Amino acid sequence: MLKLKNVNTFYGNIQALRNINIEVGQGEIITLIGANGAGKTTTLMTISGVVPPRTGEVLYNGEPIHKAKPDKIVKMGISQVPEGRLIFPDLTITENLDMGAFLRDDKEGVKADMDHVFELFPILWERRRQLGGNLSGGEQQMLAISRALMARPRLLLLDEPSLGLAPLIIRQIFEIVKKINEESGTTVFLVEQNANLALKTAHRGYVMENGEIILSDTSDELLANEDIKKAYLGL
Amino acid sequence: MEYFLELFFSGLTRGSIYALIALGYTMVYGIIELINFAHGEIYMIGAFVGLVVAGILTSFGFPAASIIVLASIAAIIYAAAYGYTLEKIAYRPLRDAPRLSPLISAIGMSIFLQNYVMLSQTSDFLSFPNLIPEFHFLGKFESMVGSSDFVIIVVAAVVMVALNLFIKFTRMGKAMRATAQNRKMAMLVGINVDQVISATFVIGSALAAVGGILIASHIGQINFFIGFIAGIKAFTAAVLGGIGSIPGAMLGGLILGWTESFCTGYVSSDYEDVFAFALLVLILIFRPSGLLGKAPIQKV
Repeated sequence: MLKLKNVNTFYGNIQALRNINIEVGQGEIITLIGANGAGKTTTLMTISGVVPPRTGEVLYNGEPIHKAKPDKIVKMGISQVPEGRLIFPDLTITENLDMGAFLRDDKEGVKADMDHVFELFPILWERRRQLGGNLSGGEQQMLAISRALMARPRLLLLDEPSLGLAPLIIRQIFEIVKKINEESGTTVFLVEQNANLALKTAHRGYVMENGEIILSDTSDELLANEDIKKAYLGL
Repeated sequence: MEYFLELFFSGLTRGSIYALIALGYTMVYGIIELINFAHGEIYMIGAFVGLVVAGILTSFGFPAASIIVLASIAAIIYAAAYGYTLEKIAYRPLRDAPRLSPLISAIGMSIFLQNYVMLSQTSDFLSFPNLIPEFHFLGKFESMVGSSDFVIIVVAAVVMVALNLFIKFTRMGKAMRATAQNRKMAMLVGINVDQVISATFVIGSALAAVGGILIASHIGQINFFIGFIAGIKAFTAAVLGGIGSIPGAMLGGLILGWTESFCTGYVSSDYEDVFAFALLVLILIFRPSGLLGKAPIQKV
């Protein structure tokens, strides 16, 4: 479904991604783990077209998208839940969700999807008239995921959904991510620092260090890998 | 009392114009955090285009009322094209550069446009025809508010209401609000941010052109330098109201207009600018984010 081929991305003269090769299959949950500053967020921004690669290719269903603008990429079915959630602070929850459906004009479908995300996260329904800026971290994360779902993505990119949240909320959010994947077949590409949790959720994983992919395998193998245990799982 | 009302209305007239120009500053700042120092020049160009078109139409014998409408339309289109081009050539290439670079580019464009108009037109003051026809339905208020004052106030009010409705209810308005709140996220929900930025410049420039025509016709003369003074005043109004805030620009414009008008009327016209800028200094000391602006929130 999604394929990164020898992707090199730069910020000015600084190279953030080196020869990245990643493949995400239809219906999979794939995780990308790695330390702070390894290039995980840049990988997602490259896929979303916000920071286009200097060389290499990004293919989506076989079609090159690395030269496409972010809005075209959203239109093709790739939505991102960015790091830090980036809720629109002065819009209400409903308006934030509506913004997620910016490119859609099927009013009925948007309404139905909004009901659906309110079902997934009932707390958002209760607070639907509150401003995004007044929500707690966990609620903001729920809103950010819901907003991405409002675009009806085929591929959902998640950037550190666990960041700064209480363990209980994190578990809840990961449950929902699994549910989204299982129920609607949405493919998920999950970036995480919390390697343990990410590998337990995902089918396969990639490990990133200093802008390079150093390892990729099934989640079970990675969880059992001695080096990974030492470096990322704290065991 | 009558004197007070007279000053009140002349302040309202001035303030309406400041508000129209201030909106351009505040909208651009809200979206790309740039003080567009060349915005005053767009206003000046709007006035020049109005003068040229009015001259041509007059020589063909068009009636006065149609001249002001046609001249305004021409000025709006011309100024909007200037605003669009300005952003494209002077700011867009610098979008990811350090913040000082586009600011310097803006000052450069301001100086360039002033000199361009001076060389291609003239450095002398040109008299601007009074395009606003006199009318007499205001009765006893006529001594306090002239026909052109009245038109300026009404036009400015209509334009500002229309702008608010646009921002609130249209798709582009929605995109503008989202982009102003978080540009990166706006991209990620599929908003074409380049388009939004262009639209912001086009709208801001069109508002400035309306202001340019109205005030030129009111005062009766223009030259290549009028954009500088008006630009600084309108910028003051935008900061006063809280830069980035649309209602703030409107409020700031009116307050500035009234401050100048009352100080001129009750103290001395020599101190007009002193009071205007003293007000700015006071606001910046006691409420740095402006009257309706929000203090920047540190995002965690």
